[in-house]
Parts: sequence; structure tokens; C-alpha cells
Amino acid sequence: MKHGRAFWLFVGPFAIGLLVFVYVPIGWSLLLSFFEARNTVTPAEFVGLRNYADMLTDEPFLRSLGTFSVFAAFIVPLTFVLALALALLVNQIRFMKAFFRSVFFLPTACSYVVASLVWKLSIFNGVRFGLANTVLGWFGADPIAWTVSTSPPWYWLVLVTLRLWLQLGFYLILFIAGLQRIPQHLYEAAWIDGASRGWQTLRFITLPQLRTTSVAVLLLLLIAAYQAFDEFYNVLGSDRGYPPFARPPLIYLYYTALGSGGQDFGHGSAGAVILTLLIAGVTLLQGKVITR
Amino acid sequence: MKALRYLALSIAAVLFLIPFYLVLRNGLATEQEITAPTWTFWPSQIRWENFTDLFTNPAVPMVRSMVNSLVVAVLQTFGQLLLCGLAGYGLARIPYRYSNVVLYLVIATLMIPAAVTFVPTFVVVSTLGWVSDLRGLVIPGLFSGFTTFLFRQYFLNFPRELEEAARIDGLGHWGTYWRVVVPNSKGFFAALGVIAFVTSWNQFLWPLVIAQDQDSWTVQVALSTFLTSQSIDVVQLFLAAAVSITPLVVVFVALQRFLVRGVTETGIKD
Repeated sequence: MKHGRAFWLFVGPFAIGLLVFVYVPIGWSLLLSFFEARNTVTPAEFVGLRNYADMLTDEPFLRSLGTFSVFAAFIVPLTFVLALALALLVNQIRFMKAFFRSVFFLPTACSYVVASLVWKLSIFNGVRFGLANTVLGWFGADPIAWTVSTSPPWYWLVLVTLRLWLQLGFYLILFIAGLQRIPQHLYEAAWIDGASRGWQTLRFITLPQLRTTSVAVLLLLLIAAYQAFDEFYNVLGSDRGYPPFARPPLIYLYYTALGSGGQDFGHGSAGAVILTLLIAGVTLLQGKVITR
Repeated sequence: MKALRYLALSIAAVLFLIPFYLVLRNGLATEQEITAPTWTFWPSQIRWENFTDLFTNPAVPMVRSMVNSLVVAVLQTFGQLLLCGLAGYGLARIPYRYSNVVLYLVIATLMIPAAVTFVPTFVVVSTLGWVSDLRGLVIPGLFSGFTTFLFRQYFLNFPRELEEAARIDGLGHWGTYWRVVVPNSKGFFAALGVIAFVTSWNQFLWPLVIAQDQDSWTVQVALSTFLTSQSIDVVQLFLAAAVSITPLVVVFVALQRFLVRGVTETGIKD
């Protein structure tokens, strides 16, 4: 009894909050997903699984999953390889090590909103004075309308480089931490056995020893890409609305549930439930892979 | 080989610093200079009046939104450390019949990123009448299952001898936590605190959804509104961006040690 009181004294406030702000919303949204609920958050008319059927046959919704897949196919491997490569380089040097680490980590201080501002209005500004177009101009090329051109879809270059710049430092730190946990004697043993200092030790010692870190980084990258919203909204969106292309899941959900076309919480909730189940599946997989 | 490494790192470093250079260049120049057809590398004369223009522009709630962001970030940081720290300790150290049930409820939330459930959370928070309200901005973000889980893992490895010594001195769970456990865990609290502050300052989707009146905008929402409508001039927009990242650059420089530890702690759960 005494332990029970102490337990709730410590855990109670958090548990109540978790209930109200995590479990109640999920439960409520499950409920709403079976109802018609436009411009209201109280269930109006029971429609069974119709919202789900609508969502799963809704072309824009399915296309948003496709958009996520394309985005992930670029940003996940690119961030992984570059973060690892830079981590290896930083880890190998002595002089100015902390300086380089800080420089690569500094973009984490910026929000996606600030990065979007720089990418949209300065680097990839479609007019002649944008940085990218200025550089193209030095080589005599014509300016490109980076964020509005759909063929070829240059906006992917804008969105991928933006996220790469902003998130790379975070994963670099994780890789450096992983590299520092590798026991030095493994390398010494390999050198005695005649392994070369470059490729062979990387292939047979460093990469296998980084396995846990690598799996974690891959899944964190995937989960982060799944939640992409900020840079898409700020680079491609405007007060006149959002273009019909390049809508990742959360952008789609935002405009369905809270967009100017009227608040549709029935469909919005069904969409949220589907997206939650998908990401929960990935995270469960993560747990399985890491603990194996 | 060594020189090649430094060359590669230096090129990468320059590329990584370009966006910071652009923010400063565009924020301190005149509009004619940055929209000129030939590239100017640095404003021929730094235009300090841009600051006065920005802060006296009645259409731009710069001060108000910075204050909002600061209040939200400070409250969320300390609120999370308080609530999640206590809960993590209770789950790690106080034996209780239903302790595992609560722990499973916490772990179950780790599979669901908060951003994905913004619609359901908005539904509940709007029912409470917290739209465009400080409570709506701050409170839903306090209950991080992830932070609680990290605290629990940390406290499981806390040296028991210290707690037992406190027990002998007649302290209960509460006294032990505040007088012995917390003072001996400052580094861990600082690491998670710095991460919480940075995350809170930079978050965008939730404030965008909940802060609908201009008075409740955080600085990210304010910047985004002017970016997507392009209703203020480019120079002021870049200066506003520079102002908005200043607090975090200070945090990065002053607390980098804790920040690096925080990233390692929160990135990978060993």
C-alpha cells in the first residue's frame, strides 16, 4: 500500500497526461474514423468502414504514400552514406576534429522553416539572382525554375538537399559515437594479421562493428522521412494553396483534416489510423531487428 | 592521404556553412543589392537599419513570437524533465503491482510518432478549448513516452549504494529522488533538457495547427506565414530568420557537450 502511494506520486501526473493527450486522442480518432464528422469533432452519423474504404481507394492518398517512397529512396541512402563517410573522416583526424564536428552539427540548430527560407528564396530561387542559377550562369546555362518545374521534377533536388543539410549532423554524431565504441585492439590484431589500413579494416572490422548503429540510423531516417512535413509545406506551399504534386502523407492529412476546403475529421481520422498502423509496423520491425 | 582527408572535410565544411552565410548576407544587405543580376559576395555596406525596420514593422509580430517561442520551449523543457524524470524513476525503482502495466502503456506509445497523430490530438485539445492558447501549445508536448523510457533506463543503472545510504539517513523515495538521485544525475538531465529545448524551439507542425491567432504564433509559425505569403520583403525575412536562430546558436556553442551526449542518448537506445 505504501509503495502504491509512492508509485502514483511519481508516475501519476505523467500517466494522467499520457492518458489524456495520447490514449484519449487515439481512441477518439478510432471512433471518429467510423463516423461522418465534417467541421465537427463529435461523431455525427455512423458510416462503418466507409471512411477507410474511401481513403484506401482515394488516389491522392495512395499517391502520398508513393511520394514518401520516392523521397525515402533518395534521402535515406544519401544521408546514411554521407554521414558515415564524414564520420569516418572526422574520426581519423586529430587536428581540428572538434571544429569539423561542430560545423557539420551546426545546421541542427536551424528549423526546417529557416532552411526552407534559405533554399526557396536564396539558393534555389527561380530567378537569375538565386545562388544556384548564378552558378549556372557562370557556365552560360539558363536559369531553372527549381521549385515550380515538374518536368524534370527539380523540386526533389531542393527538398532532398535541404533535409540532407539539416539532418546529416545528427546521424554523424551517432556514427562517431558508434566508431568510438569499437575496441582498438580489434584493429591492432587485424594489422598484425596483415590487413591493410584502408579498405580491409573498414570492410571486416568497422562496418560489422557498426551494425547496431547502422540499423538504428536507417530506421530513424526512415521514420523521420515518413513524418516529413515542414520543408514540403514551406518550400512548395503558398497562401494560394499547395501544388497537386509532391504531397507526402502528413501534408495530405493536414489539408484533408484542417485545410481550407472544410475540416473533415472522419476521413482525417481514418487516414491518421492507417498511417499510424503503417509506422507502428515499421517500428515493431525495428525492435525485432535491433534486439535480435 | 592525410592532406586529402583535410581537403575533403574542408570542402564539405564550406558547403555546410553556405546557408548561414546566405542568411547573414541577405539579412544585412539592401534589397537592390541581393536582387541585382550580378552576385555580390558581401553587402558593400551593412545596413543596420534593417533591424529597426524589422522590429518596428507593425505587420510582423517579431518580439511577440520570439517571446512565445521562448516561453513554450522553457516550459516544455522543464515540464518534461520534471514529469518524465519522476515517472522514469518510479518505473525503475518503486516496486508496485501494476508497475509493468504502466510500463507497457509507455512503451506502446514509442511506436507512434507524435506528428502522425496530430489530427486526433488537435481534436482533443480543441474540445478542451485550448486552440490559440499557451496551454494548447505547451501541455500536449509534455508527455513524452520516449523521454520517460530513457529516464527509466538511466535510473535502472543508477548506483544503488547512493540510494541505500540516503535510505539509512531516513529519506523516503521522494527525499531520495530530490536530494540524492537528481543532484547526481545533472549531466543526464542537462543532456535531455538541451535536446528538449532545441526540439521545442524548432517544432513547426503542432504550433501551425494549434496557434491560429497571430498573438499565439511561435517564431517558426510567424516566419512560415511570411515565407509562404511573401508579404514582407526578402531582406526582413532573412533578418528575421537570423534573429530566430540566435538563441539556438548560443545554446549550441555554450552547451555542446550536453548536446552531443543528448543526441547519443536519444538517438540509440542501447
